[in-house]
Amino acid sequence: MAHADATPVLELQGIGKEFGAIRALHDVDMQVLPGEVVGLMGDNGAGKSTLVKIIAGNFRPSHGEIRFAGDAVHFNRPVDARGVGIEVVYQDLALADNLTAAANVFLGRELKRKFGPIALLDHKAMAARALELFGELRSETRPDDLVKQMSGGQRQAVAIARTRLSNARLVMMDEPTAAISVRQVEQVLGLIHRLKEQGVAVMLISHRMPDVFAVCDRVIVMRRGEKRADKPIQETSPEEITALITGAKEAA
Amino acid sequence: MAMPLESPITFSNVGKIKWWQRGIFASQTGYVLLALAVLLVIMHFASPYFFTEGNMQNVAKNFSFIAIATLGVTFVIITGGIDLSVGSMMCFSAMITSMVMTELSAPGSPLVHMAADGKTVLANVPGLILLVSILAGLGVALIAGLVNGFCIAVLGLSPFVTTLGMLSIVRGLGYVVSNGRGSFPGGPDADYFYAATSGDVLGVPVPFIYLVILALAMAVVLHHSAFGRHVFALGGNEKAAELTGIPVVRVKIEVYVICALAAGLQGIIISGWLGSAPANMATSYELNVIAAAVIGGANLAGGIGGPLGAIVGCVLLEVIRNGLVLAQVSSYWQQTLVGVIIILAVLVDRIRSRMS
Ligand SMILES: Nc1ncnc2c1ncn2[C@@H]1O[C@H](COP(=O)(O)OP(=O)(O)O)[C@@H](O)[C@H]1O
Ligand SMILES: [Mg+2]
Repeated sequence: MAHADATPVLELQGIGKEFGAIRALHDVDMQVLPGEVVGLMGDNGAGKSTLVKIIAGNFRPSHGEIRFAGDAVHFNRPVDARGVGIEVVYQDLALADNLTAAANVFLGRELKRKFGPIALLDHKAMAARALELFGELRSETRPDDLVKQMSGGQRQAVAIARTRLSNARLVMMDEPTAAISVRQVEQVLGLIHRLKEQGVAVMLISHRMPDVFAVCDRVIVMRRGEKRADKPIQETSPEEITALITGAKEAA
Repeated sequence: MAMPLESPITFSNVGKIKWWQRGIFASQTGYVLLALAVLLVIMHFASPYFFTEGNMQNVAKNFSFIAIATLGVTFVIITGGIDLSVGSMMCFSAMITSMVMTELSAPGSPLVHMAADGKTVLANVPGLILLVSILAGLGVALIAGLVNGFCIAVLGLSPFVTTLGMLSIVRGLGYVVSNGRGSFPGGPDADYFYAATSGDVLGVPVPFIYLVILALAMAVVLHHSAFGRHVFALGGNEKAAELTGIPVVRVKIEVYVICALAAGLQGIIISGWLGSAPANMATSYELNVIAAAVIGGANLAGGIGGPLGAIVGCVLLEVIRNGLVLAQVSSYWQQTLVGVIIILAVLVDRIRSRMS
């Protein structure tokens, strides 16, 4: 469970973001503790993806400060964020369809073997490690199959397996359970539990109320770029969250 | 103890992809290769002359003349780009190589100090002029490739427009430096030059040997190096490639440089065969080169392609050309047929992917 006294793995202070005249985010504060699962909810256009992209280093915030494990950080590129231990499963999964599952899992951090001065890909090691990761996720995914031939759930497993390669301390998932089967949703939720057990903080962006209430310790509601609620899951209800999302209730 | 690796997953729901549904068997390259085999059999029965050693050497030499450039352009096509400047690049590199060779060999040339015996200093070392002049030819290709890559990857210009511009720039520079007259390899190293470009080893034309070596190197790079993997990822999903931290800009610049170098090398080899580098050399070769790559299975949308396909495409084009010559069909029909084959190959691929 979350420890109240632990250093937050992620801390946002006054984060704002403008795209030209559009104010996508305004004055967002939040904290995420190690091993905590935080649900981020909100209607379309509420600013959830923008917030994730700022934390992941895709965008610079227009205002505010990000602290990671207590230190102020400035990410210029996604690699910078990954460097400190932030991994993202993107809404559109960001997979290369023409490559195999294993190739996608290791994309950008391929395992290599040295042959004198040249380093060649270590296909065997990558396939074996990918198979292990798929096993952990209980996903029937063959490392050597092309991603373009895979189901939505398998693609999800590939995207999630990527985050397990490094020792991520914060994993953000943007709509991981959209567009997959019920059985596969359970797998994904199971994985979130496993990340939590290992002390990894998870930020789950989802439209699906049952998923959020099944795995999250805390829920944050965004509306029109602002944080409207931030509550432990025991102290709220799906009805209240729905009211906050739609604006029937302004804040809580 | 070496235990057989226990699969942590039992596959109850997900069937294994059958061998004929994956790899080369499920690719355009696969069935174009099949079509080529059928064509070779037909040619064998249609003309007793086709499989003679002389004709085979001829075929091997002819397709080697565009195949190296096709390997290069295949890199670019896999990333989802295109390079229209390869024909001009062939000419310009060839021209610079033979001009530098002639210039360095000329006694009294302002660039070169005179040795005691009246020859240029460079000429006293056999092969040194050849080396310097080929490096000069490849050097200009390198610069053109860097400019292409910079405009496309850094400035974000469209590959089509950028390389169309480069086609014209490089062709124009060729006319400028030669005054439109073209140039001839000359000097003491000219014999080495001809041996290295149009000679043969044990009856095998040297361009063919270069081609085989480069194709093997390309296969290793594409399928067994991180760079090759990034080339495919870029063509498959550029956004994903960027998000996963692949140095997209660098990889893009590199493929345009590789393509320009391959075209330059190809041009230098062709000029050895022609015995000169005329200013209009290799005009519109970019069309043959891109056609060969596409026929062989490289996908212009990116993400698919390889050296085998590039070579198969070149061989198919050359065998058809050769067949038409043997059948005494007017050479004007060749170009028409090439167009038909491009459309057919892509059409069959489309039908096949619809069916699966
Ligand atoms: N790259 C962008 N350029 C301009 N506007 C953007 C961009 N990304 C998001 N927005 C705008 O920011 C707002 C928040 O979007 P987003 O973060 O995607 O919301 P959510 O993920 O909660 O649906 C929307 O009004 C959207 O149109
Ligand atoms: Mg979104």
